Amino acid sequence: MSPEPPLISRGASAPQDADRSTVPPDGRPLAEQPKWRRDFPIDWPQDEYVSRRDLVKFICLTSVAFVVGQFWIVGKSLFGRREAALPALAIADVDELPIGGAKTFRYPEGSTPRLLVRTGAATFVAYDQQCTHLLCPIVPAHREGMGVAASERGLELHCPCHNGWFDLETGRPLAGPPRRPLPRVSVEVRGSIVYATGVEEPAA
Amino acid sequence: MPVPATLEFFIDPARCIGCQACVQACAECDTHRGQSMIQLDYVDRAHSTQTVPVVCMHCDSPTCAEVCPADAIKRTEDGVVHSARKPRCIACNNCVLACPFGVPKMNTEMQLMMKCNMCYDRTSVGLKPMCASVCPSQALAFGTREEMARLRPSARPVNTFQFGAQTITTKVNMMVPADDGPDWVDVTAAMHEPTIGHQMLDDIFDDDVFGGDGFIDLLNDDPADA
Repeated sequence: MSPEPPLISRGASAPQDADRSTVPPDGRPLAEQPKWRRDFPIDWPQDEYVSRRDLVKFICLTSVAFVVGQFWIVGKSLFGRREAALPALAIADVDELPIGGAKTFRYPEGSTPRLLVRTGAATFVAYDQQCTHLLCPIVPAHREGMGVAASERGLELHCPCHNGWFDLETGRPLAGPPRRPLPRVSVEVRGSIVYATGVEEPAA
Repeated sequence: MPVPATLEFFIDPARCIGCQACVQACAECDTHRGQSMIQLDYVDRAHSTQTVPVVCMHCDSPTCAEVCPADAIKRTEDGVVHSARKPRCIACNNCVLACPFGVPKMNTEMQLMMKCNMCYDRTSVGLKPMCASVCPSQALAFGTREEMARLRPSARPVNTFQFGAQTITTKVNMMVPADDGPDWVDVTAAMHEPTIGHQMLDDIFDDDVFGGDGFIDLLNDDPADA
């Protein structure tokens, strides 16, 4: 039996090609072996050894990938396809709703339910009906609490699931778990018909 | 910590008495509790009580590691081939089929190949492997070469095996008779040899086989005498 091969140091200067304890089946030196033998060494030390070049290569490629990804996101936001303007859609008659009354509609066709609220004689607001917390449907309601009676506070949008409140004029969250404003549907009153003219996704 | 280079493993099948102590001791280890990594093979069950303990031979170019597609079988610098690494092993059975000695076994429940690693947790700190520490006849012995030469003058260790066209050099030694023993062991030597009594199965209705009394004379290895 041949003497025990010297142990391979595990330090930074570990030889990358000294496959000393494992003998390839054909017995030829490692330099003459196919490359996969160096890529998949059987010896534990070589298997765990990462050369400086490989580490630098990995770091550089990963960084480049991150940079490319950032530019990709920027480019997509700058030159991404703009949503084509939606056609106006008649969603209600003006006299259909009392002041403070609400009605659901879908705009564009097949969308999630939207909520149209009449706030004044000829003023309407419309929002996506899904609460931005966990998608429960919102309803117009008066809020009590903080020492203010419900009748003194204006109408607000209420999500009954987890007691979330949104501002009726802006769609911003006022109380409860929601953190993001409601997507707004722009409405326009032409004569006695209320038209939905577009959807404004709030900036994240 | 590597296994000390002076300590070697010696297997002497001629001393094996088939007591299964090594199997039980191996299965007691906490690293693979309940599952033995050593196998006790019966050589010719019908005619002999001879048993052979089979531990991993820890080859210089481990066939199991050569055929592993998942890069899971690794060998430490002291020459010990370890069990498949859990995160890498894909339970493909390549090593089980490829090993000339039939050492690796697939644990199908764990989807993991497990094999003898010469009790690395013990041998790497200078202790004997479990099997060698319990073997009553020291068919499995772990010690220095000088020790073995002193204790067994009539035997000599051989660590070269022939498997078809492949020459296997192992870390574990097989003891052969010192004077007329072979210099290398052919792993497949007996593969095509009919076992004693094999001719009985060729034609069981042959009158020569039925020794006239309606019983198959299995103990007779020459049908002409039947």
